[in-house]
Amino acid sequence: MGFLLESLKASIHLIVTWDPAFSHAVWTSLYVSAWSIVFASLLGIPAGLAVGLTEFSLKRPVITMLNSLMAVPTVLIGLLVYGFVSRQGPFGGLGLLFTPAAIIVGDALLAAPIVANLALSSVRGSNTAILPTAMTLGGSRFQSVLKLLSEIRFGMMAAVISGFGRVVSEVGVAMMLGGNIFGYTRTMTTAIALETSKGEFAFGIALGLILMAVALAVNIVFQFLQRR
Amino acid sequence: MSTTTSTENSGLLRVLLPPFEKKFGCKVDVIAVGTGKALKLGEAGDVDVVFVHARSLEDKFVSAGFGVNRRDVMYNDFVLIGPPEDPARVRGAGSAAEALSKIAAAGSIFVSRGDESGTHQKEKELWKNGGVAPKGKWYLEAGQGMGEVINMATQVRGYTLADRGTCIAYGKKTDLVILRQGDGNLRNPYGVIAVNPARHPHVKYDMAMKFIGFVTGEEGRGIIADFRIDGKPLFFVYGMKET
Repeated sequence: MGFLLESLKASIHLIVTWDPAFSHAVWTSLYVSAWSIVFASLLGIPAGLAVGLTEFSLKRPVITMLNSLMAVPTVLIGLLVYGFVSRQGPFGGLGLLFTPAAIIVGDALLAAPIVANLALSSVRGSNTAILPTAMTLGGSRFQSVLKLLSEIRFGMMAAVISGFGRVVSEVGVAMMLGGNIFGYTRTMTTAIALETSKGEFAFGIALGLILMAVALAVNIVFQFLQRR
Repeated sequence: MSTTTSTENSGLLRVLLPPFEKKFGCKVDVIAVGTGKALKLGEAGDVDVVFVHARSLEDKFVSAGFGVNRRDVMYNDFVLIGPPEDPARVRGAGSAAEALSKIAAAGSIFVSRGDESGTHQKEKELWKNGGVAPKGKWYLEAGQGMGEVINMATQVRGYTLADRGTCIAYGKKTDLVILRQGDGNLRNPYGVIAVNPARHPHVKYDMAMKFIGFVTGEEGRGIIADFRIDGKPLFFVYGMKET
């Protein structure tokens, strides 16, 4: 017990002094996650809308597939992207492996199905009359979809935030594709894994606290937006 | 027992432990982690015996009263590997430390374990000997195991310091070649230490001492010396010495 308290004390010291090694891991995590969620949303939201708003014969299997994609393990995505961007792979020439860009690619693939699924369910849960009503009132199809989007914006935001929560907390993709390089691709989660293996619990606990604070902050902002 | 990943990954423990377990009717639970963590486990009394390779850390461990009866078991050695085209021209260096200085001067990529492992300790010692503080865009601190680091160095066309065992085991998976070996200070001694029963009364000191006796005795030494991967010996034994 004394050991845990000691580590907690040391971790608070690390946070207060904002140690450079520490702040870099926090920063890397945040910007990698932010970029990957941008790409995941660009893929996932249109996909979710398309599936939700159109009728086609394979709709059920496609929805089942989207659902299963949410459960793909991070290490599998890591393996897949690794195969493509390693020197022997088709995109090896780009030298992407062990860079932040590689993590962003992997994380975007990880989050896209989550965003797509949640976007899809908020479309399906919305008032089905919105689209025909807007079109009857003289809106073009594009304008009507925009109207629908503004009606279900909280559902969309929830989709994006869930995706963000997934990528900021995952360790498989960041470790395999980023390589946990100090001051470059070391994220909060890979740093926690490393520091624990070194027996440096204080550093790990400090990062864990920040990670939880980030999750909390994102959710508070979301709640605040929802209340307005 | 806590030990380093190299003894476990190389397969040595799979041949060394069964005869011991049979002889004394016991079961050895192996926790294979970096040397730093292995010693921490000993410090906390979570294990009965540690089997590691970082002499300076081991001595600190003993002098702080966490462990007793340290014995040399065996050694293997480190090698400097890098791309065959050798951009920093380390082949012509006069010593291992000078080879590292040349890498730094050329700004060629060097992948470091960066995880406080025995290999990382040795690497830091060599940088110090060469009078270089490794810092900059060319110096990548991976914070991962030896296999992953060799893999990473292969991908980024960089140099790295590796233990010979892992290097042989990864021989077929990498096109990096050994560019420097055989220096006296590239030796990597392994020691075995019993966790101090005075500090942690619950440890099985008895069994720990039997294990130490076994691996440093006739039978254990024979097994270690005969251990081969692809026909190459990985570890070498020497006369038993008191610390």
